[in-house]
Amino acid sequence: MSALLEMRGITKTFPGVKALDQVNLEVREGEIHALVGENGAGKSTLMKVLSGVYPHGSYEGDILYAGNPAEFGGIADSEREGIIIIHQELALVPLLSIAENIFLGNERATSGVMNWHETYRRSEELLRRVGLKDAPGTLVDKIGVGKQQLVEIAKALSKEVRLLILDEPTAALSEGDSQALLDLILELKTQGVTSIIISHKLNEVRRVADTITVIRDGSTVSTIDARGQEVTEDRIVRDMVGRDMSQRYPERTRHAGEMLFEVADWQVTHPEHADRLVVHDVGFNVRAGEVVGIAGLMGSGRTELAMSLFGRSYGRNISGEAKIRGKPADLSTVARAIDAGLAYVTEDRKELGLILDETIRTNITLSHLDGVSRTGVLNEAEETKVAEKYRKAMGIRTPSVMQRVVNLSGGNQQKVVLSKWLFANPDMLILDEPTRGIDVGAKYEIYNLINELSAEGRGVLMISSEMPELLGMCDRIYVMNEGTFVGELDAAEASQERIMSLIVTD
Amino acid sequence: MTETVSHEEGQEARPAGKGLMHYLAGHMREYGLLFALIAIMIFFQIVTGGTLMRPINITNLVLQNSYIVIMALGMLIVIVGGNIDLSVGSVMGFIGALAAVMIVNWEVPVFWTILACLAMGLVIGAAQGYWVAYWAIPSFIVTLAGMLVFRGLSLWLLEGQSVGPFPRSFQSLSTGFIPDVFGVDRPNVTALAVGIVCVAVIVWAGLRKRARNAEYGIEDEPLPFFVVRNLIVAGAFMFLVYKLSTFRGLPNVLITMGILFIVYAFVTEQTTLGRRIYALGGNRKAAKLSGIATERLTFLTFVNMGFLAALAGLVFAARLNTATPKAGFALELDVIAAVFIGGASMSGGVGKIVGAVVGAFIMGVMNNGMSIMGIGIDYQQVIKGLVLLAAVIFDVYNKQKQG
Repeated sequence: MSALLEMRGITKTFPGVKALDQVNLEVREGEIHALVGENGAGKSTLMKVLSGVYPHGSYEGDILYAGNPAEFGGIADSEREGIIIIHQELALVPLLSIAENIFLGNERATSGVMNWHETYRRSEELLRRVGLKDAPGTLVDKIGVGKQQLVEIAKALSKEVRLLILDEPTAALSEGDSQALLDLILELKTQGVTSIIISHKLNEVRRVADTITVIRDGSTVSTIDARGQEVTEDRIVRDMVGRDMSQRYPERTRHAGEMLFEVADWQVTHPEHADRLVVHDVGFNVRAGEVVGIAGLMGSGRTELAMSLFGRSYGRNISGEAKIRGKPADLSTVARAIDAGLAYVTEDRKELGLILDETIRTNITLSHLDGVSRTGVLNEAEETKVAEKYRKAMGIRTPSVMQRVVNLSGGNQQKVVLSKWLFANPDMLILDEPTRGIDVGAKYEIYNLINELSAEGRGVLMISSEMPELLGMCDRIYVMNEGTFVGELDAAEASQERIMSLIVTD
Repeated sequence: MTETVSHEEGQEARPAGKGLMHYLAGHMREYGLLFALIAIMIFFQIVTGGTLMRPINITNLVLQNSYIVIMALGMLIVIVGGNIDLSVGSVMGFIGALAAVMIVNWEVPVFWTILACLAMGLVIGAAQGYWVAYWAIPSFIVTLAGMLVFRGLSLWLLEGQSVGPFPRSFQSLSTGFIPDVFGVDRPNVTALAVGIVCVAVIVWAGLRKRARNAEYGIEDEPLPFFVVRNLIVAGAFMFLVYKLSTFRGLPNVLITMGILFIVYAFVTEQTTLGRRIYALGGNRKAAKLSGIATERLTFLTFVNMGFLAALAGLVFAARLNTATPKAGFALELDVIAAVFIGGASMSGGVGKIVGAVVGAFIMGVMNNGMSIMGIGIDYQQVIKGLVLLAAVIFDVYNKQKQG
């Protein structure tokens, strides 16, 4: 078999970060090629380069497609060549029918007038090919995620797909739906469709893949030929995580004190689908002075757990018990959770953590305005003093606390969010991806800060997708998968391999 | 520990406010608004041959715009909170009608009528705010419904007729004047004295704030700007007060407006309540996750709006000395326009009380000036529409330029 796609020496740089560094990927005609790696390893970036989301010229390296150099200026260019990408977040319009979605932007029409007969006839054909029995007129809203995934594939087929890229196609699917989807991909292979599948589920990868490429930290680590030989999950996991961890984390001394925060039988249902448990049977504890990590993949329910604890900010029908220093804690609203001594640094600082158009000063005092006011009247002088204190202590690099937050870099923004919560003086901090999207230097400063906080006797619960970060910072690590904790590891016994295998073998 | 300074941080390090022009460019909006009002007044003063600034016309300007200004205070807060209220014109008309029916038809004493009408405003605001705040129904829809409902209720209450006239005590809400305690009367020395005290307080407060900010190194307004700005504000203020003093002195409603202005400016800028409203409009989710009771706050902004719409309704009815089914028709649009001309942002979180008041007077002076010139209502609408659009485009342009 000849190569359908060759990506050679792809390097993609974002300001301050090298997302891809000399990545090579070769996909043969008619195979299923699995792309695996940790969150943030660069898989999605590579696929965006391939599909033209990052147009030719914004990256270095060459793409050879079907023997010819490809220089895609946008998604439309790559789709014309038959390269179709299906993203993890499905791009369907919920309130349009299946048929309308299949031909969205590619309508069966004559001079702008819809040809409904043709639309439905072709849709039925395509639905038959993907094995979906619903009527083409059904609203996408009314079918489950598994079927929606099939609609996406039908949509791809309608565009004469030659190379199908699936980004985590089974992440949101049940076991049965996943199997059906994988069967369909195998079926399409026999019809000559080449696929690239990005997945964390190594058992699935082993089942369907002819070739496996492992990417780590923006570089190709290995390409494994899986045809006719057994590839062990251990082998893949080792390639995925095997990196040295020298001096990226400050020294940490353990000093676990009294029991600070205990949660038992925590259960949360989805805010819209009352029958879907997003978090179930979760129990954990954090001692004063401890840094405890939660490892897990995106979508495993970590953020939902944290937000449901913090004033029921996520989900419905929340049940379970939370105690602070052995006494039941009232966490029913955010204000009460703050009073109880909790703070939550959100994963998405721009959407949920900051008021971007406001000044640093306004943001820092927001969750504890009582600290800078008397009987509801603000003391601006005091407020400035407080903001200045944190600006110096946290090393927020800005000439003035009156600077608007939107103008700060990611690292400085994160320091503003942390300042805001430190000013509220919590006993227990939940940090959700505290170092996402910030550069290495700022990360180190935040690690130092976390150590200082725990040395002061506060408890820290740290959620992170970067396993090395958890291993470098935490005293204990809980592993979360599909809404519940599947293991607890002490720092001494934890390793990336052990965490990964707890997740993938669950 | 090594510091990595990204190119972004390099930009941050550049001190803001180097040079007067740079400062002016960064604060175009605030100065622009003030100069726009002054320029418009001078323009109409010239083209109307001096009629605009005759004492009687200045007095008229205050009376004509009082209810717009009163409602603009509440509207600013609603808009800063990220919502809108389309019902205020109808609510204003309804309250006027209620007052007329109570006083004229039912012969309820004026005092109790005023109290009942203000209470009714609170109830109306609460009824609308409830759906917006606790049911997350878009304010546009809730208040559009309110606009229709209260328009209809006014018609029903008045049975399609005009009801009036009011007793003198009620009229004085709007058309009364503060008598000259010094007994001079022309010029009214009380008015002049109040004017001087106000100017002194404005300058003193400005200087105090400046000194405090300088202490923390966050003052960035260059001294010449501060001096010129205060001279202009003080000069214009005293000029207008002098004009008023040579007619009948300070209208009662100007005092009401002045007190409301001070209270609302204080609440929005100096209290935790105000700060939380800005936070709510700036980023509702972040505000909620910071422990702010966003629902209750949204509710309160509408209750407050209802109260102010009721007050405006009383002032309006008192001024016309009659309640008509048409009262307040399409007035919500003038109020909303005033707030946006004053620099508020449609998406919430941005806007100042002083901006809304200046915006209201810009609209008011244009209305008044164009009427004196005899420009037809058709062209007046077109011109007002274009001014609103220009003001908002100017805002967006400035924001884009700053990046």
